[in-house]
Formats: sequence, C-alpha cells, structure tokens
Amino acid sequence: MPVTAPQNMFDKIWSRHVVAQREDGESLVYIDRNFIHEGPFYAFDGLRLAQRRLRQPLRQIAIADHYLPTLNRAGGLAGIRDPDIRRMIEQLGTNARDFGIPFIGMDNERQGIMHVVGPDLGLVQPGMTITAADSHTTTNGAFGAFSFGIGASEIKHVMATQCLWYRKPRTLRVTIEGALPQGVTAKDVIITIIAKIGITGGSGHVIEYAGSAFRGMSMEQRMTVCNMSIEAGARAGLVAPDDTTFRFLQGREYAPQSEDWDRALAFWKTLPTDAGARFDKEVTLSAADLVPMVTWGTVPGDALPITGKVPDPQAAGSAEQRAHYTRALEYMGLKPGQLLSSIKVDRVFIGSCTNARLEDLRAAAAIVKGRHAVIPAMISPGSSLVKRRAEAEGLDRIFTDAGFEWRDSACSMCVGSNGDFASPGERCATTSPRNFPNRQGRGVRSHVLSPTMAAAAAITGHLTDVRTFA
Amino acid sequence: MEPFTRLTAIAAPLPQPDIDTDMLIPQRYLRQPLTAGYRNFFFYNDRFDAEGKPRPDFILNREPYQRAQILVTGPNFGCGSTREGAVYAAVDFGVRAIVASSFGPFYASNCYQNGVLPVVLPEAEVREIIAALQASPGAEVTVDLQAQTVTAPGGKTCRFDIEPSRKERLLEGLDDIGITQRYEAEVADYEKRLDAEMPWLSGAPLQGLVQP
Repeated sequence: MPVTAPQNMFDKIWSRHVVAQREDGESLVYIDRNFIHEGPFYAFDGLRLAQRRLRQPLRQIAIADHYLPTLNRAGGLAGIRDPDIRRMIEQLGTNARDFGIPFIGMDNERQGIMHVVGPDLGLVQPGMTITAADSHTTTNGAFGAFSFGIGASEIKHVMATQCLWYRKPRTLRVTIEGALPQGVTAKDVIITIIAKIGITGGSGHVIEYAGSAFRGMSMEQRMTVCNMSIEAGARAGLVAPDDTTFRFLQGREYAPQSEDWDRALAFWKTLPTDAGARFDKEVTLSAADLVPMVTWGTVPGDALPITGKVPDPQAAGSAEQRAHYTRALEYMGLKPGQLLSSIKVDRVFIGSCTNARLEDLRAAAAIVKGRHAVIPAMISPGSSLVKRRAEAEGLDRIFTDAGFEWRDSACSMCVGSNGDFASPGERCATTSPRNFPNRQGRGVRSHVLSPTMAAAAAITGHLTDVRTFA
Repeated sequence: MEPFTRLTAIAAPLPQPDIDTDMLIPQRYLRQPLTAGYRNFFFYNDRFDAEGKPRPDFILNREPYQRAQILVTGPNFGCGSTREGAVYAAVDFGVRAIVASSFGPFYASNCYQNGVLPVVLPEAEVREIIAALQASPGAEVTVDLQAQTVTAPGGKTCRFDIEPSRKERLLEGLDDIGITQRYEAEVADYEKRLDAEMPWLSGAPLQGLVQP
C-alpha cells in the first residue's frame, strides 16, 4: 500500500479545489457556491460596464438580508418608506434576474440571513468552497466547508470566472476536551478563544475546532463558533463533519438526494483530519474552565467572565494595550474595577447570524418564560423559517408576554443597514458578533454575549450571570 | 484601474491600532452608488459631528492632511467587515498607499483590487515613520513600488515585500479577471471533472429560484 502523509481537513479541501498555481504561491481556487446579498451591488455594476456574463449563474444565490426592514413587511417592497433601502432590495432582485441568478427576496418564505438560510436549505455541504461579501461567511465552516468572506471586486471575479486567486492560509487547531459546564454556551466558547488568542491571533490561518467539546455540539452551536472565527482574524473556521452533520443535512431542500446522497456521504466521510496530521499552530483549552463571557470593550477580544471586573489600564501588559484600554473604557463609559455584573443596560438585541437560530431562541425563551423585561428588548429570528418554527412552538408568545418585540428576519441591529439602530449613546447587550464603536448606532456601547445572557440582562436591566437564574 | 508606480505625497499619521471598517465607512453610506462620490464617507464619524459639521480636531480635516494621499497607521488597519466601500472611500479621499505593520483580513486584498498599495513594514519602522511625521507635520513620504521602498521624512528608507503578481498588476493597473481568463483551459477541465464526480454541486435544482 502506498504510504501517504496524513493530511488535515483544510489541506484536503484546499487541494481538491486548486485549479492552477502560480510560481509566486497564489492559487486559482474553484468556488462551489457564492452567496450574494444587497451589499456588493458594485460587482454587478462592474460586470455590466465590462459587458461580462456569469460563468455559472446557478452556483450563485442572491438572498436579501442586510437591508430588509424587520417591521411592516406585509406591505412588500412598496411598503418600505426609505427610498435608499427600497432601492437596495429592489436592485438585488433586478440584478439577480438580469444575470439569471437564483434569488430569495423579501416575498420568498425561505428568506432570512444568508448564513442561516444556506445551512437550513442544505446549500452548505462538507468539502465545499463558499464565498460571500460578508466576513461572517465563516459560519458555514461548521459543516466542514472552506467558507470565507471577500470584497465586492472579488465577488465580481467569482461571478465572472467561478474562481478566486488566493494564497493558501496556514492552519491552527483549537482543541477543547470535555463537556461544557452548566450555563456555558457555544458563544462563550468562541469568545473565550478570541480573548485568549486575540483579535489577530488567527490572522492568515484557518482554524479547525477539534475535541469532544465541539463534537458534542449541535450544528447550530458549531455555526455560532465558526461564525466568530473572523473576530479572531482567521480566514475561516472548520469543524469535522460527522453523524451530527449528516443527520442535519439529510432531507433538506437542496441537499443531495438518493444516489447523489450516497456518493456525497462517502466523500464527506473522507474529509476529517487524519490521525497524525500536523497544523502550523495548536491551542488547547479545557472545557471545565469555561464560564459565561461578556465583552467590556470595543473589539471582540475585550472579553472577560461575567464574574470579572472592568480591567485597569494601569495593569495592562504594554503601552499599546494601556492606550487601547484607556480609549475603550472612555468610549464604553466604564471605570476600572467596576463589577461587570453591575453594568446597567438600556437595550437588548437577540438576533444576527451568530445567534438567532431556533436553539438560540429556545434557550433565550427558557430564561424569559414567566418573567418580564425591564428594558426595551427585541428579537429578529435568523430566518423566516426559524420565525415560523419558533411561532409553531409558541416561543413568540413567551417573548411578547415578557415585553420583547418579536420582529421579522434580517441582519437588523447587528449592523444597522436596514435602519435598526439603538438610540445614540445607549448601552446594548447584544447576541451579535461585533462590538465596534458606533456600529449599533452613534455612540452606542455594545456588550456581546450569548442569547441566554442577553435574555437575563433584559429581565434584570444589567449584565447578569445567567447561572444565577433558576 | 490607475497604475501605481511611485508616489511622493503628504502622509497622515494615524497611530491607533485596530481601525475597523465601521470607522472607515459607517454602514449607512454603503447604499450609495459609487458615482455619488465616497470622499465624505471616509472616517465619517471622526470627521463629522452628529449635525454633519466637520470636526476640526480630526487629522484628516486639517490642512494639509485633507490632501493626504498616504496613510501611515497602527496595526490591524481595516479589520472587521469585507465592505469594499472602506477602500472606495479611501480612494475618493485621495489615498493611494497605506503603510501599516498589518491589515485586517480583507482590507489589503480590497486595496489591490482598487489600485491602492497596502505596504506592510515591521511595527518598529512604522512607529519611526509615524514619529517623524508627527515631528514635522505635513511632511511628505515617498512610496516606490518598483524599488519596493518607503522613504520617510528625513530620508530613512525602508524596504517592503510584495507578491510579484500583485506588484505586476498594480504597476500595470491590470484587472484580475483578464488574468484569470488566460486559464480558461484549466478551469474548463476542472469543471468537466467536477461535474462527473459531484454532479449535485452544479446548482441545477436552484433553477426554480431564478426569476423569469
């Protein structure tokens, strides 16, 4: 038998997709699926200008998510009052039609955030290469697909050629063994990883999440982890496909069917990292040490256990870190030494491609049930399908009875493209992935946390250790 | 795309690390067509107050930095989202080169696509250039792509690395798609093999989602 060197999962996916290589190390990589939202309209303008056609229109899919309002959707396109927002949504449909691209618009029952819709429809499968003009395209890595964000010019390149020039990233394996302690969610796991390796700790790398902690997660939890790989600066995240993955995919609308399913399954089973394969970097954590986390600063790496205190810039490890802490605390309006659980919150947002899937909503509802929010709180489900399923289970009633707003599905207050902002200067507990200054509104102070922690904050009005909730 | 060869221009020092894409262009301006001009969106929240009045204290609002074509910045510049508007806004402001010790995951490749040169130098050298610029406000920096050098005020010259193909494309102002089309035979072969081995990836079932 020929002896072949053991390969890691990323190497296997990468080598299958290299169409050509240049001497300088850049590879022409084939892209299996390209997701398009309203944002990269520049790409269509460029294609028209150069009179280029698409190489493979059916390997694209256009989904409206960034600009869709979360209120008053019944009126359709005509009901959207802001003419710029209406134009963005209309433009996506027109561009998709003109170029023959499959389209899920605001009237389609499948509509939702593309990183929720793709997996739900079976469009995301192990071993694929997937692109979109969105940094959180890393979500799809939960299926063992190499899935990453690109800019509008690169979207144009993929539409025209179905390929992308890319330099092969390095690999980083993050291993966590053990079961997650009570009250600790996938969100806490990834925030802990980012806090440990830093917001550039994954730069130039694809992260494979390995160990029993990830094997024990549902697909939805794995998606939350992979989603925030980009917040550690990584190109992408990966979890090995296994029976959990296959069970999730089987029978989904666009998953392979019958004979194709059997062939696909045989291929998917070859993907996991071989024993003895090497990675460029390794990081190991223990599940037993994990606790619920919350961000206190202005980048996702500024995170601490909810039991912690706001850090003191004077105790920072370097002059740069001291300067960052000082600036971050000033923006966030926090004082060194303040207990994180004493921080009062003005608003709660549960939504986004990080944490608005059915399991997230169930977990938040379990905290909220029978209680009442003391501050404004809103929920935007990850997709219209998630919304309908949640309603079928009665989750919407639990939330609305507790005073939460139950809205339609879009990217919403994660990014504000559709006009969903917190009021200027408010402090917002959010399940979205990113706490950059002014992102959720002018002067808005964002604290990133899990759906259960967000629900608890809505009930108490301050950042709260969800483990204290019976 | 405008070729990039050699540029001597006013350089603005922006020492803060982790300048993210939400700072470079707030999301709400990304719905504007490029023809609207993106100059005013660049660093909008730093350059304008809530009423839209310019903040005179922000460096890019001060003379002569309103004419800066080079930025020398803290590490991890342009971290965050994929939004290419964060480069379009820089281009419309007049920026042609950005010097930093590192860039966010998408920012450098978005720069290349728009004729902007992202120069990576060791952090100590970037700090030195920033200090020189702060000591002589409004000074010029020279970025020479052919020679792969940055010359700071005072004459110190730093050499930088760049992938040869990126360099060639910038020097000639070439578009990536034109280059890729030279690989038509390889792509066609790949697709033939892919369709035989994994026909379910063709996207054929998605035809039903194409609008008439």
